[in-house]
Amino acid sequence: MTLPEKYEKKVEAADLPVKTKDQIRKFLSEKEITDTKFKQILDRVIKEYKSTRIEPCEAVGVIAAQSIGEPGTQMTMRTFHYAGVAEINVTLGLPRLIEIMDARKEPSTPTMTVFLEADYRNDRDRAREVSWQIEAAPLHEFGDITTDMENMHVVVHLNTKVCDKRKISPDEIMEVAPKKIKDRRHYRDFEHAIDEEKATLTFSPKDKESYQNLFQLAEHVRKVVVQGIDDILRVVVRKEGGEYILYTEGSNLKDVFDVAGVDTTRTRTNNISECANVLGIEAARNAIIFEAVSTLNEQGILVDVRHLMLVADMMCMEGEVKQIGRHGIAGEKESVLSRAAFEVTVNHLLDAAVANEVDELSGVTENVIVGQPIQLGTGDVKLIAVRQHDN
Amino acid sequence: MPSPKRIGQIEFGLLSPKEIREMSVRKIIWADTYDDDGFPYPQGLMDLNLGVIDPGLRCKTCDQKASECPGHFGHIELAKPVIHVGYTRLIRKLLRVTCRSCGRVLLSPEEIEKVVGTEDDQTGDLLSEKDVKKERICPHCGDQQLKINFEKPTTFSEVVVEEGKKVEHKLTPADIRARMEKIPDEDLIPLGIKRPDVARPEWTILTVLPVPPVTMRPSIILENGQRSEDDLTHKLVDIIRINQRFKENQDAGAPQLIIEDLWELLQYHVTTYMDNEVAGCPPARHRSGRPLKTLSQRLKGKDGRFRGSLSGKRVNFSSRTVISPDPNLSVRQVGVPRAVANEMTIPVRVTIHNIEELKQIARNGPVRPDVNAPCGANYVIRPDARRLRLAEGNLDTVADMIEPGWTVERHLRDGDVVLFNRQPSLHRMSIMAHRVKVMEGKTFRLNPAVCPPYNADFDGDEMNMHVPQTEEARAEATILISVQENILSPRFGGPIIGGIHDHVSGIFMLTHDTRWFKKEEALYLLRYTRIERMPAPGKVEEGIEYWSNKQVFSVILPEHLNMVFQASSCQNCDVCKKELCERDAYVRIFDGILESGTIDKKAIGAFDGQIVNRIIRQEGMSRATDFIDDMTKLSIRAIMFDGFSFGIDDEDLSRTEYGQIEEVLKNASLDVDRRIKIYEDGQLEPMPGRTVEETLEMQIMQVLGKARDLTGEIAGRHLGLGNSAVLMAVSGARGSMLNLTQMAGCIGQQSVRGERIVRGYDDRTLPHFRKGERGSDAHGFIQHSYKGGLNPTEFFFHAIGGREGLVDTAVRTSQSGYLQRRLINALQDLKVAYDGTVRTTGGRIIQFEYGEDGTDPTKSAFGDPVDVKGIVESILKEAA
Repeated sequence: MTLPEKYEKKVEAADLPVKTKDQIRKFLSEKEITDTKFKQILDRVIKEYKSTRIEPCEAVGVIAAQSIGEPGTQMTMRTFHYAGVAEINVTLGLPRLIEIMDARKEPSTPTMTVFLEADYRNDRDRAREVSWQIEAAPLHEFGDITTDMENMHVVVHLNTKVCDKRKISPDEIMEVAPKKIKDRRHYRDFEHAIDEEKATLTFSPKDKESYQNLFQLAEHVRKVVVQGIDDILRVVVRKEGGEYILYTEGSNLKDVFDVAGVDTTRTRTNNISECANVLGIEAARNAIIFEAVSTLNEQGILVDVRHLMLVADMMCMEGEVKQIGRHGIAGEKESVLSRAAFEVTVNHLLDAAVANEVDELSGVTENVIVGQPIQLGTGDVKLIAVRQHDN
Repeated sequence: MPSPKRIGQIEFGLLSPKEIREMSVRKIIWADTYDDDGFPYPQGLMDLNLGVIDPGLRCKTCDQKASECPGHFGHIELAKPVIHVGYTRLIRKLLRVTCRSCGRVLLSPEEIEKVVGTEDDQTGDLLSEKDVKKERICPHCGDQQLKINFEKPTTFSEVVVEEGKKVEHKLTPADIRARMEKIPDEDLIPLGIKRPDVARPEWTILTVLPVPPVTMRPSIILENGQRSEDDLTHKLVDIIRINQRFKENQDAGAPQLIIEDLWELLQYHVTTYMDNEVAGCPPARHRSGRPLKTLSQRLKGKDGRFRGSLSGKRVNFSSRTVISPDPNLSVRQVGVPRAVANEMTIPVRVTIHNIEELKQIARNGPVRPDVNAPCGANYVIRPDARRLRLAEGNLDTVADMIEPGWTVERHLRDGDVVLFNRQPSLHRMSIMAHRVKVMEGKTFRLNPAVCPPYNADFDGDEMNMHVPQTEEARAEATILISVQENILSPRFGGPIIGGIHDHVSGIFMLTHDTRWFKKEEALYLLRYTRIERMPAPGKVEEGIEYWSNKQVFSVILPEHLNMVFQASSCQNCDVCKKELCERDAYVRIFDGILESGTIDKKAIGAFDGQIVNRIIRQEGMSRATDFIDDMTKLSIRAIMFDGFSFGIDDEDLSRTEYGQIEEVLKNASLDVDRRIKIYEDGQLEPMPGRTVEETLEMQIMQVLGKARDLTGEIAGRHLGLGNSAVLMAVSGARGSMLNLTQMAGCIGQQSVRGERIVRGYDDRTLPHFRKGERGSDAHGFIQHSYKGGLNPTEFFFHAIGGREGLVDTAVRTSQSGYLQRRLINALQDLKVAYDGTVRTTGGRIIQFEYGEDGTDPTKSAFGDPVDVKGIVESILKEAA
């Protein structure tokens, strides 16, 4: 990918985007070229670059909307599909695209792709260690739980081997478990006792008479998450591109970032609103683009990124992720007529009257409604050339 | 043409009772419409002052005829005020946030400032109900407030505590109105009513009701001569009747109970007059039981005033008929039936330059006898806008009268620009401008190469044609909308117009490997292209000149085309053998000569079209269109040269292959049984994160999928390029090897929601199987091929799988349609400003540079700002 110095300088100096410069380097490296040929190529590239600029007044919004909407008919409806990882289900196709445009608070299948830091990413065991810190592990995975109906107890015998393997001390589990039952599961009607020697934990319900309470307690004890992050139900470790990557079912960006060994610069979630909350609106915008592009590409549909960028920018313009639809962009437009023509017609008109709204008739729908040329494309040109008469 | 007036803005506000009375031309007091003679009652609902709908009568207000009078409002004086249903939420809010005795907002100025913001910084929210605590004491007059209850649709009441018991005390609209009147103007501003002079809250309680003009609610006369009134008129009749009765009772001093009942009835009628779909209110019905369509219903929904009538305009000068293919047309053209061409017209202004021509056109009259006859005209228009119809008898007289300044509405003729469209119009290429070619027959004809942008086929599709009427429209049609300008799709920056189906098969058969054609054969192939000269023959044997197949194709390429790429038939071998590729998939074009490789979908197909793409960038749109025209014509000749067909015996395999297929399927079935055995013995190791059952299902699917592919391979070994289906699959014309596998080998697993078919009663899919059976046959694996035929259970499973596909498509179209509507609505106002930023039409900046680099996706090379590869190839004349 290197060019002779004299060419390299000229390429670098040219007013071209980085991508085009890289392409020139790529296609011309290791080729015998003469000065004239090089000049010809560079001139042609610059000329073509100038000719591919977008023209003023172009209705880029409509083009973007059509470019995303039109292939929608070709997408599959099959909600569940295995994308890359056979173990984890992900919503794909049209339902996923709709989900992205709807700016849902929670996607139907939240997942994360967790990348690891340099010392962890090449070693399967170390990657596994990180995964234990992330995957929600209920108490019953760490030992035997018996319900003692005679004494109204729920007894947990921790298996120290498992604890060792999972890199968590029994003491820690015994400390965390009761607290978590109270905080996360909102169940408080019990008492507990810790026996550090035998590594056993004994729970007893406050109401010693009710077996129902005992079983309820037993269920809570079984399911309480003592290691990992509650929202992340499953973690799969896979080797991809020479490094170990964790795929998760469930998403909690903030807590995953706190886990040691996680590469916070590359780790991502498919939950866009979480992205916005944790990383900010610019990250959310990039997440929308990334998610939409991968959804479309997975279906084998070619769509220029610029269209998706425009949609993402429109959705994120106000500083929070806005839905494409009546609860978002379309419902907050300036123009009364435009809103009325979209959805919930009557309410918009009634509210406009009370608020004494004024429709400036700047948008497309409004002008179509009143029967005027729209302010886009050829309708936007206000300059008329006056022909110079020779005589 | 006079320059059109531009509407600057539209302001919304409430009508005050004063305004309603001022704009009214007549007070309406009679519920009746017409008397026995069919004449409208004065001061009735059809009063002649309100405008006229019957032809012949004149409006008493403006003295114009039915067609000119726009109609005028009247009014009804209501006996008592009633609430406007649309504003019940506003009324509730106002009642709850203002004082019941002094009318001030129940917050101190400091508290208001906290919510709304200071005078300089009005960035806060509007006051809402939540900002005022219930039952507090008014900070202005110190009066104790009461809780306000609201019951749908229009009942308000105060909760009074009497002797420790809560008693609801009903508020009449008159009470509410009195309270609204007390709210001072300055207190309304933080509540969202910015201009109290145009929208006082008490105006939401109606004391006068405007009566819309009759033009808005015309009555229709049925066949039997009876008049049938509009729904709105019916509703107004009800209102006036109750109103009159109410007044009479009031004047007679009727008991309070009756008055209240009548008041409620009046409220009901006014409510349903505004909106007949209010929650908690039975809809008013027509005599026949059909709910009435009142004001709200007229505006709402897809066929309502906004979406149906205002946003969707109807047009003249359009036509619609079935489409059919004609490969001999250019993609630029559209074949128009003579009957259509004789009906659709273009107005031409008569000048001294064209007067003779137009006189002749007028003389030709309204009937064009055959497609080659010169075009005629249907009407001529005099400068005073009078239209003269051309008919058999008056042709010469009218033609002689024509002078400069007249307009002749002439028929369509060859070369006219028309817009052509197929619904659903999902993208801008769904409407393109074509040139007319008048033809016999009754269908629109188009070159099959333009089917992809319209997504059209010829199984009965219909398309629309529109004729632009002004020079401006025609200019835009030719420069911006023509087919030529729309070859590149803005979606991905590649050609969307190109060869399909037989074009690809034909060009593949022509260019594959090497063949030699004698002169007459070569000329037969190239007859319909635009070439003028044959190249020198490729070889001469025994005095006979021969041209190679690649030479024949090269003839239609531009002279300086240089490019290298892999054809669709390329298998992506690890080491490319380039020119020596045994599949002839390495395409190399040197200075406009096809040196090696086969031309197929990748080269000329719609959506791929490498050659088309390169020609557009190097030679321009016009040359590319010519290339597509030549290519379609050449390929159709090429496919006719050898002939191309497919029959049932093309799916035949030999005995050995059938044996092998049977063997494969048997092994697969055994393998499945073996795995089931392992599972039943509890020996199956589950995959991480999956249950044992899921793991088994996945394994079975995998085994059976592999088995099907294997049968396909066996069938493929027997069927070579000599088989039409294989040729179509390899060239990319239609179908895939999978389709062939299913025809000749084995159809494979049928699925519902991506899983094997498991539905059924009593633990089995069909009574033909044992309960709980997990084998391949019992869950929808079809061993047979389409040719071999399915057994009854297989047929049933196939129907299940097929039905899922149909449901899927039906659901998808509605969902993606709605997504597109939302996207369009959200983005339609965006444009690139002259400074390169993307802005809404209101001026808000969305992007500082379009797409971060200002590149037009349409002109981009599949997303890249510059097609560097193409430029390097064309200058260095070697693979980049």
